Amino acid sequence: MSAPAIAQIGFRQRLAARGVDGVTLLILPALLLLLAVFVYPFLYGLWLSFAPKDGGVFGNYAAFFSDPYQYSTIWTTLALALPVTIISLAVAVPIAMRVRLMRNPRLLTTILVLPVTLGTVLVAQGLLNYLGPQGWFSRVLMLLHLSNGPVRLTHNYWGVFASLLITGFPFTFLLTLSYITGIDPALEQAAATHGANAWQRFRHIFLPLLVQGLAVSFLLSFVQSFAVFPSAVLLGAPAGPTRVISVAAYQAAFEKYDYSMGSAIAMIMAAVQLVVVVVVLGVRTLFYRGSTAGGKG
Amino acid sequence: MIRDTTIGAKLWATMIWVVVGFFVLNLLAMTATVIIDSFATQWLRTWLPVGWTPKWYLSAWSEFQLGQVLIVTFEIVLTVVVLAGLFGVTAAYAMARRDFPAKRIVMLLFLLPLLVPPITYGIPMATVLYQSGLGGTFWGVVVANLVPTVPFVILVMIPFIEQIDPKIEAAARVFGAGTFRLFIHVLLPMLLPGILAALLLVLVRTIAMFELTFLAAGPTSQTLVVVLYYSVFAAGVRAVQSIDAMAVVYMVTTLIWLLIALRFVNPTQIVARGRRAT
Repeated sequence: MSAPAIAQIGFRQRLAARGVDGVTLLILPALLLLLAVFVYPFLYGLWLSFAPKDGGVFGNYAAFFSDPYQYSTIWTTLALALPVTIISLAVAVPIAMRVRLMRNPRLLTTILVLPVTLGTVLVAQGLLNYLGPQGWFSRVLMLLHLSNGPVRLTHNYWGVFASLLITGFPFTFLLTLSYITGIDPALEQAAATHGANAWQRFRHIFLPLLVQGLAVSFLLSFVQSFAVFPSAVLLGAPAGPTRVISVAAYQAAFEKYDYSMGSAIAMIMAAVQLVVVVVVLGVRTLFYRGSTAGGKG
Repeated sequence: MIRDTTIGAKLWATMIWVVVGFFVLNLLAMTATVIIDSFATQWLRTWLPVGWTPKWYLSAWSEFQLGQVLIVTFEIVLTVVVLAGLFGVTAAYAMARRDFPAKRIVMLLFLLPLLVPPITYGIPMATVLYQSGLGGTFWGVVVANLVPTVPFVILVMIPFIEQIDPKIEAAARVFGAGTFRLFIHVLLPMLLPGILAALLLVLVRTIAMFELTFLAAGPTSQTLVVVLYYSVFAAGVRAVQSIDAMAVVYMVTTLIWLLIALRFVNPTQIVARGRRAT
């Protein structure tokens, strides 16, 4: 055997010892695909956002933050996403605490997974019928004399709010449920044996163990709500009260064909999401972090 | 399980079930309005329609060229399912079996497309697709849909592969099987339930994936959900019942696959990844 061949075998074996061999290479197709259509476009978009049609390097960002019609979209979106996320989570926790006791929660979870699967477009069309001035919701309110005239809940803030809640709540709930059922019931039983009542058991046993999971649920639901797009257009008033940031980005990129500005707004959107993620994760580290499993220890 | 029997606890439980009932009731009523309206001759200012007719399905079928749209939808969805399976399962195998440098970074890369909402990365992605000439084509839509589905398959499959004893693979290798034969004859049969569940979920998610398809699709590569969006967007051009008929077609298409998928997975799995039914 010649010297280079030995060197080559040595190289291969050294790689294999570090975990790189033929099997590891199986990762390459997926990795290259994501690098090409996920990472590269993101970096390209970042670069593009600093190369505006007119103005300096920060031209797009300066234009965005000096135009109230543009920068107010951040508040509009936060005003939708934050209440929806907080309400979903606040309602999801007590319900999940109760559903965990059910012997067969499958029917309920199946019903709740429907809006998540059907998607925002179908929910938007359904709510246009249901929440419109002549829809069932408005008619029931009139029947119960809760309202004197027809109630209009579409093409305004509340239409988008309702649609986000209908798709967002089940998502938050199922996520929370999966965290709550992951906590060993023995821990609760131990607390009950020591005479803790329901609230004390929740406050001192479940809540500390749940904080990490709740933070993740909050973030995932918030990020999904913050990216609201079809329902803001279909159920809201995309020219005014529900002109959310994704609408602004879409209009810039695909209606005005200013890809540079569109990318800049998409980057701002990602940055706002990142800020919220960092803040929530920062708050999370202040809380207890440990095993959710019981046992002797 | 601990059950409280105090009055306060019972009131609290009742309140919770009232909230759940209110939510489910609204959800079902919302779905029912779509179905009822699609069969209505006219439905204005009354609790129920004046009369019933199936004609909107015929008109929706011809107006929106639903036959053509359904064919395109399934071509796209099936291509995505097959490719996501190929890319995802192979990568998941490597991720489950090997420890290599930068594995954590690669894992983060696979997680990101699932955490970042599609519309955020979709806009720069569509820009690149249009510049490369893929935008607006069949393959553009397929590639766009692979971005969230490949990581999804990877994350679902990793725990499935990890639970298979590596000794079985070692035995196959001892008897002279190469990586390919190992895959076909040993791993594939054992992984089939997991692959089936993952791919069914990919199927449901791709049929319902609006944002990426919307951004990447051209006139001939729109899936059902995008056609539905455009027709709701242009409401007033066509009868509401016609749009609702299409919405029902979309609903039925999705639900059939959802029901099949639910035979193999737990509903919470559609939201929370990788957690096997207990």
